[in-house]
Amino acid sequence: MQLIRRTALLLLLPLTATAGVLPEDRADLMYHYYDGGGVTIDGPSLLVRKKFAEKYAVSASYYVDMVSSASIDVITTASEYSEERTQYGVGFEYLRGKVTYAAAFSNSNENDYNADTATVSVSQDMFGDLTTVALSFTRGWDDVTRRGDPVFADKIDRRIYGVDISQIATKRLVLGFSYEAITEEGFLNNPYRQVRYVDPDAALGYSYEFERYPRTRPGNAFSLRAKWYLPYRAALQGDYRFYNDTWEITSSTAEVAYTHPVGEQWTFDVHYRFYDQDAAEFYSDLFPREDFQNFLARDKELATMQSHTLGFGVAYEFKPARLDFLGKAAVNLKYDRIHFDYDDFRDLRTTGVAPGTEPLYKFDANVIRLFFSGWF
Amino acid sequence: MRAARLFAAVIALSAATGCSRIEPWVKPYEREAIADPIMAWDRDPVASSYMRHVYESREGARGAAGSSGGGCGCN
Repeated sequence: MQLIRRTALLLLLPLTATAGVLPEDRADLMYHYYDGGGVTIDGPSLLVRKKFAEKYAVSASYYVDMVSSASIDVITTASEYSEERTQYGVGFEYLRGKVTYAAAFSNSNENDYNADTATVSVSQDMFGDLTTVALSFTRGWDDVTRRGDPVFADKIDRRIYGVDISQIATKRLVLGFSYEAITEEGFLNNPYRQVRYVDPDAALGYSYEFERYPRTRPGNAFSLRAKWYLPYRAALQGDYRFYNDTWEITSSTAEVAYTHPVGEQWTFDVHYRFYDQDAAEFYSDLFPREDFQNFLARDKELATMQSHTLGFGVAYEFKPARLDFLGKAAVNLKYDRIHFDYDDFRDLRTTGVAPGTEPLYKFDANVIRLFFSGWF
Repeated sequence: MRAARLFAAVIALSAATGCSRIEPWVKPYEREAIADPIMAWDRDPVASSYMRHVYESREGARGAAGSSGGGCGCN
């Protein structure tokens, strides 16, 4: 039902500033689980990478989301549903001297949404290999349909220009910078989602009509990051990201993470992330009347909101006795608790009050990632 | 168009500065700490790309969400 759209793009990106050496031969098999706001999503994810002649590398990925949704949107305007999204990806890299050329393609498919995404990038080490610069270009083609409506069909065309710089600053400090210019054109709203407007004749005091978004959305995102190797063997990382677009969504993301190995086999992680955004210009929880303006949105993703994440991870590395072809292996468990808070999105499960005075919506989500990694 | 011009400017700047010779102030033999796996921007691409998916599906912002390492294109 397109509540998980844009994911093809996301799983493909970002291509990064890691020239000069190809990634290790590695396979990851992960089980992922998300539960929050009435939505449960789980499934497997597989990523395999393999080098040839230290110059070429290929990769393949497979990912599944199995969704069971009774979200606040679904229970107030539709019926609970289940669906599945499947994504395949392939990638190729070529290392020549200090330059790495890469290309990747992925396809994501669900019953009413298909997304093809292609990325090319080039990255180069320079200044005595202290600096790595990567340039990337991504193009996405999405086909949007609506279940039960054989007439409706539309498209999205997406382009992303990216720059990523990684800089060794001192013997213990690495800095990073990323910038992406993103343009999207086409049918950008969810074809099922509706906005509400004041209707004195309705039993609840309001009625619904379908969302209408602009057909273009240019945006800019940049991020800064730093990672320190502490006086003892541990790492501390800080990240900041700024984003804005022509829909007048402005957001900041800040994150701090600490990594602490214990012995040769155990690694512990803890991190905290804060996210804050302003609402889109055409967003409202309750419009004064039907067809109040050209563009209408009541997607909580476009509301004024904050999220807080506290996460923990533990990894255990070992040499598998019965799998000789693996040089080493690791089992990882990561748990994140996310709290979402909305400043202008109301919980319509509360009835019997004046429209626009319902309590503000908020929810907590649990995210689990359990994965096995093997290096061969 | 503005994004395309900026992109071209970055390429030109990269090419121009690539010709000058800068002495590395952190020698290769001084990079033991930097090379430690715990210093990777992203130790586990399959796990971190999933978290970006979680956030991007529920928040308005997108892009520049951190380096994922490996550059395999399937992150």
